[in-house]
Amino acid sequence: MQPQLRILSSELIAQIIDEAFQLMIKPGIKVQLKEARALLADAGAQVDEDQQVVHIPEDVARKALETVPREFYLYNRDGEPTVHYGGDSVHFDPGSSGVNILDADTLKHRPATTQDLVKVIKTADSLWQYDAQSTSVVCSEVPKEIGDLYRLYLVLMFSKKPVVTGAFTTQNTSAMIDMLAIFAGGRDALAKKPTAVFDVCPSPPLIWSKFGSRSLIDLARAGIPAEMVSMPLAGAAAPITLLGSVVQHTAECISGITIHQLAKPGSPIVWGGAPAIMDMRQGTTPMGAVETAMIDTAYAQVGKTFGFPTHTYLGSSDAKVVDYQAGMESSTAAMIGALAGINMISGAGMLDFLACMSPEKLLIDAEAIGMAKRMLKGMLVHTDTLATEMFEGINFKGEFLKQRITRQLLKKEQYLPSAAIDRGSIRTWEQNGATDTFARAKAQLQNLLNAYQAPDLPPDQMTELQNMVSGLAKEAGMDQLPAL
Amino acid sequence: MIEQIFKAMAQSIIDGESEDAEDLAKQAIELGIDPLDAINKGFVVGVDHVGELFSTGEAFLPELVMAGEAMKTAVSVLEPEMSKQGTERKLLGTVVLGTIEGDIHDIGKTLVGTMLSAAGFKVFDLGVNVPVMSMVETARNENADIIGVSALLTTTMTKQRDVVEALDDMGMRPTVKIMVGGAPVTRNWADEIGADAFSEDAVGAVAVAKQLMGIE
Repeated sequence: MQPQLRILSSELIAQIIDEAFQLMIKPGIKVQLKEARALLADAGAQVDEDQQVVHIPEDVARKALETVPREFYLYNRDGEPTVHYGGDSVHFDPGSSGVNILDADTLKHRPATTQDLVKVIKTADSLWQYDAQSTSVVCSEVPKEIGDLYRLYLVLMFSKKPVVTGAFTTQNTSAMIDMLAIFAGGRDALAKKPTAVFDVCPSPPLIWSKFGSRSLIDLARAGIPAEMVSMPLAGAAAPITLLGSVVQHTAECISGITIHQLAKPGSPIVWGGAPAIMDMRQGTTPMGAVETAMIDTAYAQVGKTFGFPTHTYLGSSDAKVVDYQAGMESSTAAMIGALAGINMISGAGMLDFLACMSPEKLLIDAEAIGMAKRMLKGMLVHTDTLATEMFEGINFKGEFLKQRITRQLLKKEQYLPSAAIDRGSIRTWEQNGATDTFARAKAQLQNLLNAYQAPDLPPDQMTELQNMVSGLAKEAGMDQLPAL
Repeated sequence: MIEQIFKAMAQSIIDGESEDAEDLAKQAIELGIDPLDAINKGFVVGVDHVGELFSTGEAFLPELVMAGEAMKTAVSVLEPEMSKQGTERKLLGTVVLGTIEGDIHDIGKTLVGTMLSAAGFKVFDLGVNVPVMSMVETARNENADIIGVSALLTTTMTKQRDVVEALDDMGMRPTVKIMVGGAPVTRNWADEIGADAFSEDAVGAVAVAKQLMGIE
């Protein structure tokens, strides 16, 4: 039995959905792309072109909700389905949208570069706890025009894992799909076995921007999975109440799904988000607050009521260094997300409200995730009797270490942490330099990077990718791609 | 052929398969393989391997214990053959081992015993809650080289000092060394009470015991 955390009663869920439908009629949803408004109008929604507001009746939306695939897989580049979006499957990937990197020696946050992103990708590639890669930091030395596709390029060069990514412009969405298609054998083949999911964001409250709507339509038509990242900010860009924010999230997601499914029924889409409460002293958006995790757990439960694949942003911290706060916020949230049965949980490695990535933290977070995944496996029944057979021959002696079954089941029962976690005696700890978690992670990361091996991918496809990206870089004014 | 059997012997220890180890030991006798070779070129290789893996965190306590048990089984098959041939396994030394009076913690001490005997020490494991004098007397009767005293509690740890003093009183210190161990025991404590050696864990205990015997 997979342990579960549920925090909404069925009555509350019904009320959340009901109020979301009410919001979609009054005040309606602001849809800033004409083509999207036209799709909604054709389906029976009432459109105010002057205000760009669409009043979406429940029956129009309900029809769209029916055609959403209840599950799909992401594939690695060996063609294996390694991420299951659906049911209560739980996966983790590093956080994305970072701009800075934590320098492990100076503890300063500095703008990230190619080298930093490559390091993060290699780290996530080496740790089994991460089921997917993310395009985690923007590389500061690369022109902004290609910032998004350049991140994906690096991931494709250094890892075969599926990717949670996103584009900054419509043009680049298309370019990034083409990049992925190189390895899939064309766009149609990619749609059959997608290797990436694209984040698409509504703008709180209740707005689908031009770019957001465009992305929904383009991704739907390409058959590439879209992941809605709705971001109600409780108390600022959303109601102060956690439940009010969940209602807003529901309305933003249902309206997004409606546009998406009207563009192409049956295309895969994920019920996701990155909400937060607003810290009313600092005016910041704490991703590590328990209320943030509560909104996530609640909206995921709403999504599950419909049977949709789910995503959220948890497992990051607002601390600036990898300290107790970082550990507390990240591991608590990772555990909550896992227990909520959320299909993809993004955020690991991140500090400072998702602005700063730390590869060392990513490595430590993997331990929290390993423990959360162990928790999810639950209390396992391996044997006919739970204990009585194992007591044969024991005769009041603590000799279970000698039993064959102890050896057989050890790794199934216990999650074995890496050397980042200290379980030695005080003497062993002292002997090993009396290190703290961060220092151990630094050492461990070095071992990991030394042992890393580049993926074996067809050279002609790699060359095609490089040619394509260097062509796009030239257009953006960068004569040569940074050396890898 | 013989090389393959040696390999299989090592593997039986690595796998912790006592029955395989027993079969291989019997096979060795039937084939006329020198029992000492069977031990040193076969089974011991497996014990060393598991010990190494344990030190690097790749093997775990159950592997270590089962390897020790398999080793014991193999040796017990080969021993009668050795005495028949008038040879014997060259013992690295004799160790009297026990958890001190008032303390009933067993696992760590037993593990040390298993590893020591797998490595080639003769071990008299007196169990738990062992009075100071019965350790000392056993050591005298068996001509022991080493006494290993385990204590898991800070309250019983102090009795490790009594063992040291009793040996002093009886004039046995020149010939009998004292090793101490257990969760609260530190190198400083060992020095303070005048013990000869201390080890953090069972694999370390073998190395320390060898050092005390002037081996390696």
